[in-house]
Amino acid sequence: MSIVTVQLGQCGNQIGHEVFNALCSDIRGTHGLCSKKENESYHDSCKERFFCEEESGVPVARAVLVDMEPKVISQTLSVAASSGHWKYSSHSHFCQKQGSGNNWANGYSVHGPRHKEAIMNLVQKEAEKCDRLGGFFTIMSMAGGTGSGLGAFVTQCLRDAFPSSFILNHVIWPYGTGEVIVQNYNSVLTLSHLYQSSDALLVHENDVIHKICAQLMNIKQISFRDVNQVIAHQLGSIFQPTHPAGGSSGYSRNPLGDLMETLVPHPEFKMLGLRNIPQMAENSLPYSTFSWPGLIKHLRQMLIANAKMEEGIDWQVRPPHPGSSIPSTNKPLHFNTSIANLVILRGKDVHSVDLGSFRDPSLYTSWLNPQDAFNAWKTPRAFNKYEKSASLVSNSQFLLKPLDSIVGKAWNMFASKAYIHQYTKFGIQEEDFLDCFTTLEQVISSYTNL
Amino acid sequence: AVSLPFAVGQCGNQVGCRFWDLALREHAAVNKKGIYDEALSSFFRNVDTRSGDNDPDIYKGKIYSLKARALLIDMEEGVVNEILQGPLRDVFDSKQLITDVSGSGNNWAVGHKIYGYQYRENIVEKLRKTAEHCDCLQCFFIIHSMGGGTGSGLGTFVLNLLEEEFPEVYRFVTSVYPSGEDDVITSPYNSVLAMKELNEHADCVLPIENESLFEIVNKIHQMINSGKLGSTVKQNSLVTSSAGSAKTLQEKPFDAMNNIIANLLLNLTSSARFEGSLNMDLNEISMNLVPFPRLHYLVSSLTPLYTLADVNVPSRRLDQMFSDAFSRDHQLIQADPKHSLYLACALLVRGNVQVSDLRRNIERLKPSLHFVSWNQEGWKTGLCSVPPVGHSHSLLALANNTCVKPTFVELKDRFMKLYKKKAHLHHYLQIDGMEQSCFSEAISSLSDLIEEYSELDATKGEPRIDPSRLKIAV
Repeated sequence: MSIVTVQLGQCGNQIGHEVFNALCSDIRGTHGLCSKKENESYHDSCKERFFCEEESGVPVARAVLVDMEPKVISQTLSVAASSGHWKYSSHSHFCQKQGSGNNWANGYSVHGPRHKEAIMNLVQKEAEKCDRLGGFFTIMSMAGGTGSGLGAFVTQCLRDAFPSSFILNHVIWPYGTGEVIVQNYNSVLTLSHLYQSSDALLVHENDVIHKICAQLMNIKQISFRDVNQVIAHQLGSIFQPTHPAGGSSGYSRNPLGDLMETLVPHPEFKMLGLRNIPQMAENSLPYSTFSWPGLIKHLRQMLIANAKMEEGIDWQVRPPHPGSSIPSTNKPLHFNTSIANLVILRGKDVHSVDLGSFRDPSLYTSWLNPQDAFNAWKTPRAFNKYEKSASLVSNSQFLLKPLDSIVGKAWNMFASKAYIHQYTKFGIQEEDFLDCFTTLEQVISSYTNL
Repeated sequence: AVSLPFAVGQCGNQVGCRFWDLALREHAAVNKKGIYDEALSSFFRNVDTRSGDNDPDIYKGKIYSLKARALLIDMEEGVVNEILQGPLRDVFDSKQLITDVSGSGNNWAVGHKIYGYQYRENIVEKLRKTAEHCDCLQCFFIIHSMGGGTGSGLGTFVLNLLEEEFPEVYRFVTSVYPSGEDDVITSPYNSVLAMKELNEHADCVLPIENESLFEIVNKIHQMINSGKLGSTVKQNSLVTSSAGSAKTLQEKPFDAMNNIIANLLLNLTSSARFEGSLNMDLNEISMNLVPFPRLHYLVSSLTPLYTLADVNVPSRRLDQMFSDAFSRDHQLIQADPKHSLYLACALLVRGNVQVSDLRRNIERLKPSLHFVSWNQEGWKTGLCSVPPVGHSHSLLALANNTCVKPTFVELKDRFMKLYKKKAHLHHYLQIDGMEQSCFSEAISSLSDLIEEYSELDATKGEPRIDPSRLKIAV
């Protein structure tokens, strides 16, 4: 099955480009560390999911590029094409000239309706190119105006036009100390709207990735490109083909569907966090060795203690006593309760890995059977030069604190009515804001009471 | 997206002239292949002048003849004529000029009421023609001074006109405020009358004070002449310099100061013209820096003022650039933002600067700055890859800060000194359409604005009480 990617706004387009780069460079690499047959199967599966063939032989990304100003898309198209290894279709992008001015209302209420037809036509064309459509993957930032506002509108349109397709929104959360002053308003408006039409929100926080770049990758002068490349690596580690749990017959054919099924049992809980280890500077890789038990142990503790990266993990945090039913108010502080988890393992000796520690019922809420709450996907094919790579996609309290922080700051600003006139100018009223705040407070409350 | 500058009055046109000259210089440095690109199109049309009077626009390909997208308005001919005889004469055509001969006599009412009425249709027609050539008009810039008659009076008339005719296009105004020693006696009247218009019809105002420009020019002269700088200064990097531009004549006294303003405008629009990892368009500036409609006065600072010839820039010098942006002597008005209250702050960085440099410096400088309680992290940032000519990196800081207040208070005081004695009032009141109420309304508008800033100042240092959140039934 194929996935159609929709890249929205500057951030969405910049990241989307790095994702296709990472996917392509991974399948081209000779570092698979597995049998030739396995490698070929992997290669074909990835190509089917993300690329389509052209007469020239250069793989064409299954993507629609949308932005309200031309510079980023123009750059993205030309840099991709100049790589010689893959490119975007020359007819899959939509641009305007004036941007959205960091104004969610402008993106949602003005650009959205105005350009709906043109954008959905492009999406339809891409969807038709797929033998079997596996769903949509949208990439956007929630801080600005286009990715956030137009992105929310487009997601709604996708839902309306493709009611039975899966929609996964990849949302970038901005740095806490401003990239955009009204970023908290834009974020609240985006998240509350996406919650209605999306199947799941996969979140990356700029602050977290920045720390990974600084402390794990040892990059001195970190650029947005560095940040985007780490994000692309993490996304690749989830999206590249894997064998479905329990089966070794061929690669999974429905990645988005499988993801939703394992991780989103209830529509009230759609926030997914992502962790990937190990992560380090490329030139350190040849000098490092990892053991699966070590990686699994770290990943599990990162889950329990809500650690954002592999450094500074708090080993003091422990799950509550197994077997005892503890009311959520008495759960040990800082313990991250999960609804469902998915671990993805890639590389050498992956079949031998013991994941029992992730099946511990005390990690989870009581609603699902532990067997259903935890899933694992594996492939012996190594990813992106990492001999062993372990990813965790988690529907848990991972994002509770950051979400609460954003809502708090937005509320604080809203109480003073600052900037509201900029939104009402384009049709988003105070009541609309209140509705969005209510939706998100509900989500926060739900996750808090796990 | 196109930005359309209007230069109104003597000061406006002198600054405008420097602006076009430096814009050409900037684009020439970047555009090596002579191809007419998106970046150029925000300020210039590409015209094939061989096809006679019709001058069709050429949207792609080779550069033929660049024409500035602009309107030059002056009620005296001197300055505009000089431009048309100088090295920039081919950049403008007669359809972009509106001139008269006798000037406005330093009288806002003459500029606004008499010339405004007289030239309204002419201006609208030329405006529409110019706008027709733009496939996406995003922003108008008015460049003028506040203290005289044309720039102040006719300039604010044009502002009104722009709002009526093109309500959706942003209106940025770069206003040069008169100093206390200004030789135009009635400059307080002109300025306050103009302020009312700015309060009501501008989206963003960038106030500039001559004293600040003068101090910066002096500072640079001193640095160069004292020999304190070990290496030589790159001439074309001076924020005051015309080096490398078309202007080959002896620099006039105001040229250095006007170059600073021209550089301000170039930096302001750089991220809209050139690519970068975090673009900042002009509509984003208005969106992020104007929390309440009337509080739209932005204090600007430009750093560095010059670069040394040595190419290697250690990060310490980079950090110094950020520190300087907040220092008193880099502001373009007489103000000290560090000791007043920030409502919002924008940092537009150009050149080889990455997000980590930006974050490091924000973290470093934040503790010494006071932000309003509901905007504790009120930073808007932009990263443009292309540095200004002669620099490897630069920073433009725009602050919505209560430190503008003293400028307005002084203006009000100077106004009241004259007004109480009814000095020179008759020159204004004898103009058709002018009444005493124009003055009382204007000073009232200014007083209200000052009051709003005072109220904000009063909140500085107050203990912060976060409003309670919505409660959800579980």
